[in-house]
Amino acid sequence: MHQVEIATTQETLLDSPEMVLNMGPQHPSTHGVLRVVLRLDGETVIDLDCDIGYLHRGMEKIAENRMYTMIAPYWDRLDYIAAVSNGLVWVETVEQMMGLAVPPRAHYLRTILTEFNRIASHLLWLATHALDIGAITVLLWALREREEILKIFERQFGARLTCHAWRVGGMPNDAYDDFEKDVRQFANNFPKRLDEYETVLSENRIWLSRTVGIGVISAADAIAIGLSGPSLRGSGVPWDVRKSRPYAAYADVDFDVPLGENGDTYDRYLVRLEEMRQSRRIILQALENLPDGPVNAKLPKVVKPPVGDYYHSIEGPKGEIGCYLVSDGTAQPYRVRVRPPSFINLQALKQMCVGHLVADVVAIIGTLDIVLGEIDR
Amino acid sequence: MPLVKTPKPTWSQKLKRFFMIDLIKGLGLTLKYNIGAITDKDSVAGKGIYTEQYPKVRPDVAPRFHGAPRLNMDPETHDTLCIACNLCAIACPEDCIDVIAMDVEIIVAGKPRRKKVLDEFIFDTSRCMFCALCQEACPTACLELTQEFELATYSRAGFVWNREMLEQGRETVKYTS
Repeated sequence: MHQVEIATTQETLLDSPEMVLNMGPQHPSTHGVLRVVLRLDGETVIDLDCDIGYLHRGMEKIAENRMYTMIAPYWDRLDYIAAVSNGLVWVETVEQMMGLAVPPRAHYLRTILTEFNRIASHLLWLATHALDIGAITVLLWALREREEILKIFERQFGARLTCHAWRVGGMPNDAYDDFEKDVRQFANNFPKRLDEYETVLSENRIWLSRTVGIGVISAADAIAIGLSGPSLRGSGVPWDVRKSRPYAAYADVDFDVPLGENGDTYDRYLVRLEEMRQSRRIILQALENLPDGPVNAKLPKVVKPPVGDYYHSIEGPKGEIGCYLVSDGTAQPYRVRVRPPSFINLQALKQMCVGHLVADVVAIIGTLDIVLGEIDR
Repeated sequence: MPLVKTPKPTWSQKLKRFFMIDLIKGLGLTLKYNIGAITDKDSVAGKGIYTEQYPKVRPDVAPRFHGAPRLNMDPETHDTLCIACNLCAIACPEDCIDVIAMDVEIIVAGKPRRKKVLDEFIFDTSRCMFCALCQEACPTACLELTQEFELATYSRAGFVWNREMLEQGRETVKYTS
């Protein structure tokens, strides 16, 4: 059994004994198989510890026994909500290690489709986060919009969730015939839908009292823990891999990075909503400037990166997805290490939760936007 | 515990709260959707009903969809297109394809030659993750992942498809409304 390391505390409410409560692994609001051990004084959280590893599949070890081209579909299964972004980090790492020049059309299509994936991931986050807090309507609406994106993925990649979207050197297929029409139709409807979510949530008194001032983390603490993505930007730290180390076609598009002020759950909610609007902006710009040409680079028969190691990271929907690759010159990697954003963001849970009520733990797990497939790998 | 205080509401916000403007706005929107669900109308997308009556009405999946595998045959001669080159089995990350070939003697230009032909093809759909790497590796467009997506069976052995199943396809129950 997992040892719960919790400091003993001093005074409790009405001198009642403290209670240790197991939340999960089958709790519906832990978004997967996460076990949280809570130490409670009444309903206030004194201390907590996370127990992970229920979804461990040994992805990094599997990758050591596969050819470079075969690993991409496994990467989809790390963060299955954002399979397109996860696939991109793998192929870009291999491409950059080999020094492959990917055609610009492939770069632009990658930008468009990963931004779609960001919207899809944020929509699912909004749906489940609102459901955890008690707003069921938003779940149905957000999944409806996500369905439109998944249909675009199905038409483009042939699968809805674990798409296997990219190949080393480019893409399996060019954009399908009605791609531009579908994208524009989605982009036209989407802002009205976002306004509807805001109507229901942003000023709602229940939403405000459940999110404002809950799960506060200061900018200094967020940096010290290593948070990334919207969870970090909610605390007001301007860090976005798309801006600081541009990949794909992000250097050519114009977009803003939204920042929060207080670092609470409400700010992170606003940051993610604004990110969806910015993603739409990026998609429209990239679609406008979409160059013609091939989508695949010329590949050698067997993909063999040179001996050495390489680290590459992209801005996924949940934070910085990194991939550290060690090659010994053969057709299979020597060692692969993933930097999963959810795993590192989860470390902030204790700092955010202590002092709040049990019901707020649910809201804070929701606001961190974790996916257990990525945490356990 | 550093806690951020809720920003002090202004007078107009307080009035809005008192008259429950926030709740009335939200309720109005959901009411609009309720009416839209009855009349199948929506101002943004044009339709109000999104549910599909699944077993009776089947969704149209995309042409590129990766579903059940199929071995294509020559439409005229009805011979298999597979040349038993084993490239799909090599490309598969999960090792779920077995290509069993046999040698036959054929006569080319008066001389006997040995030729490899397909004997049996085993495809384990329970281990397949539908990444379509096998389809891309196939040089003769024989192995293809089709639009068929109903793969459930009653036993584990039912997931292992042999050559006959791959060529003929599986029968699925069609429900009518």
